[in-house]
Amino acid sequence: MEASAIDKVQLEGEGHEFLVFRLGAEEYGIDILSVQEIRGYEGVTRIANAPSFIKGVTNLRGVIVPIVDLRLKFALGNADYTAQTVVIVLNIGHRVVGVVVDGVSDVLALTGEQIKPAPEFGSTLSTHYLMGLGSLDERMLILVDIEKLMSSEEMALIDKAA
Amino acid sequence: MSIDITEFYQTFFEEAEELLSDMEQQLLQIDPSDPDGEQLNAIFRAAHSIKGGAGTFGFTVLQETTHLFENLLDKARHRELALDPTIIDIFLETKDMLSDQLNAYRQQTEPDSAAYERICNTLKTLAEEKGQGSGAASTSSVHAPASGLAESGAMVIRIAGVAADNATSLAEELALFGTVLEQQHANDVLTVRLETATGEEDIRAVLCFVVDDDQITFESVAKGSADDSSASVPVDEWPVEEEMVPAAPEPASAAPPESAADSVTAPAEPAKAAAPAAKKAAGAAASSENASLRVSIEKIDQIINLVGELVITQSMLEQGTSDFDPVTHGSLLSGMNQLQRNARDLQEAVMSIRMMPMDVVFNRFPRLVRDLAGKLGKQVEFETVGKSTELDKGLIERIVDPLTHLVRNSLDHGIETPDRRLAAGKPAAGKLTLSASHQGGNILIEISDDGAGLNRERILSKARENGLAVSDAMSDDDVWQLIFAPGFSTAEQVTDLSGRGVGMDVVKRNIAQMGGHVDILSRPGQGTTTRIVLPLTLAILDGMSVRVGEEVYILPLGAIKESMQVRPEDISTVTGNDRVLHVRGEYLPLVELYRVFDIPDAKQDVTKGIVMIVQSEGRSFALQVDQLIGQHQVVVKNLETNYRRVPGISAATILGDGSVALILDIPALSRAPQDREGSHAGHHRSAAALH
Repeated sequence: MEASAIDKVQLEGEGHEFLVFRLGAEEYGIDILSVQEIRGYEGVTRIANAPSFIKGVTNLRGVIVPIVDLRLKFALGNADYTAQTVVIVLNIGHRVVGVVVDGVSDVLALTGEQIKPAPEFGSTLSTHYLMGLGSLDERMLILVDIEKLMSSEEMALIDKAA
Repeated sequence: MSIDITEFYQTFFEEAEELLSDMEQQLLQIDPSDPDGEQLNAIFRAAHSIKGGAGTFGFTVLQETTHLFENLLDKARHRELALDPTIIDIFLETKDMLSDQLNAYRQQTEPDSAAYERICNTLKTLAEEKGQGSGAASTSSVHAPASGLAESGAMVIRIAGVAADNATSLAEELALFGTVLEQQHANDVLTVRLETATGEEDIRAVLCFVVDDDQITFESVAKGSADDSSASVPVDEWPVEEEMVPAAPEPASAAPPESAADSVTAPAEPAKAAAPAAKKAAGAAASSENASLRVSIEKIDQIINLVGELVITQSMLEQGTSDFDPVTHGSLLSGMNQLQRNARDLQEAVMSIRMMPMDVVFNRFPRLVRDLAGKLGKQVEFETVGKSTELDKGLIERIVDPLTHLVRNSLDHGIETPDRRLAAGKPAAGKLTLSASHQGGNILIEISDDGAGLNRERILSKARENGLAVSDAMSDDDVWQLIFAPGFSTAEQVTDLSGRGVGMDVVKRNIAQMGGHVDILSRPGQGTTTRIVLPLTLAILDGMSVRVGEEVYILPLGAIKESMQVRPEDISTVTGNDRVLHVRGEYLPLVELYRVFDIPDAKQDVTKGIVMIVQSEGRSFALQVDQLIGQHQVVVKNLETNYRRVPGISAATILGDGSVALILDIPALSRAPQDREGSHAGHHRSAAALH
């Protein structure tokens, strides 16, 4: 799956756009096409007995949307919530999910050559969910296959049967 | 792009289904000894339309069956076949068979061929036995229904508004009926000269799935004297209604039977007589088509959602502008008032789209009652009241099964056999009434019979056998509620009719899931009435909001029996861990919401908070919360659209301030203590069932 994603990027030649956000000191990139909107963090209703990184649900113009804190999920940065806390609203396969991050920096286009395969490493973020590592000048972007990550069982967002 | 005929399958299935259900209504109403010609015609037309469609889509079995059926109906409407109850039964059976076949095609399978042959034989036998001048009709080819058809003749068919791409496929479609002598397409009008044995009605019926009825014009050309000019009539003359002379229509209903025979040799004569009638029928069909519109539920739900949002936004604006100075902001405030009214009206109007009359449900029952009464050897007068009462479509669909079960029960156990009824001094025919009415924000559905009533002693002894805690001192109402208790077996009473399917506990659970409840009123010897109370819609719930710690939850109002503050002495512990509440001689399990949902900062001392006595699935329990906030009507939002199922939560809603509150799933919460308490659960359950 990771490989095919890269292939697709390479085929397209002129590149693929990624929304870049920060978690702690690290920079992550996700496919811009899965992003619906970016908004502030507010009015989240806790859901009982859910994993700690699922903050709860919020009202997005009449739609009930679960909010996931990726900082808690990946144990990065301080999970505090201020007026500056940013929620990226993703639209993944007819489902809408909000993701809390430390900040959104920019949108970057990466070409196939700029995306390197991800090496095997730690267990918090399995390479299974990585599209690769993007290098842009001196910056390194961790490119996440957000769709795969959000629909994974470990995120506990979707019923197994679904 | 060519016309892909499969696109029209769905339309055909839906229309055919409606036609079949109309047919059943008519068949049930018909009086065999003196059939109403108009009704017979309606049944015939329904069969005929289905046959036409089935032919187009290549549903051979359906086509053949309707064909045989149609022949019989045609004889019946021409008084060549004397109807009697047996024949009506066969007709009803045929209608069922057609439904089955339709369903089979819908699921893209071939219908059961054995059943098909059986019904064909039945129909053929009937035609031979009863029909005068039999055989001929039933053995004739499919393309020659006994509707007084002309022999092969040429006709010119013009179809307006056809794009060039579609013209070819339409012409191919027409070629299936006979030989296309000439075809021409200009200015979006397709002109086809066709030599065919098929009547205009048939072609019209087939084409109506592809093009609108008024797009088509027919013109007959006498066989052999094919008028060449007619094929190239200037298109600008179209449409010329006066020119429309049907080639070989069915004889008008008023036409005497002999004219059917005449029409074979002299097609032009009855054709002219029938023309006005045919036009009138076509006009009526067109106007009823325009009166309604098929829209997918999804679209309607989206509109309902958006309107809900609009109402919330409107109330937010209203709050924001409430302290504005009316002198300086007069026009803004009057605009706000206007907006409020409009938003309310809009919401009401939109909610009413989902509403459907109870008619849809009630219409199924005359047949069911008729068949069951026949099987049981009982005489039943069936009556429905309040057919036009409207109910949410979602509820309409879900109420059918419970109602069917209750009606079956009434027929099977309620109404007695004629001799027993006569012995009891009652008329031989029992009376079964199904009624629907509005009662406040609810709908009340009643099934009442004037039968024997429930047998108190038998229910009590059955309950004892099942280990339920009962006493002879129980009130009647409590005894009747026992039959809804889970595990209350009706095994002894199982008959062919009401033994299968769902039990009464399932009926009760289904209705509880719809947010309603069931009561029984029964008097020995006078009958039983079962009342179902349902909310008008699933989209809105009457709820009580409660606070636990910092969190707000919504309880469905229907589940709440009472709320109270408890004294320390009312609480006892069971096996040290679980607690029960002593209320007026009953011990109810205590469910601490803060513990179930792990809510921080909640009042842990039950005597400081509030206890709500709630009931679900016949079980009561006590739910501990911190504080009651108030009663609201809330719009129910599905939590599972974007998230997964949460144990103990049924849905979510948006409060006036835009925040989300979760709606408690009372049945799930009631099961929670049972799981923990193990063997004690049985005791609580029976205690609850007693209540």
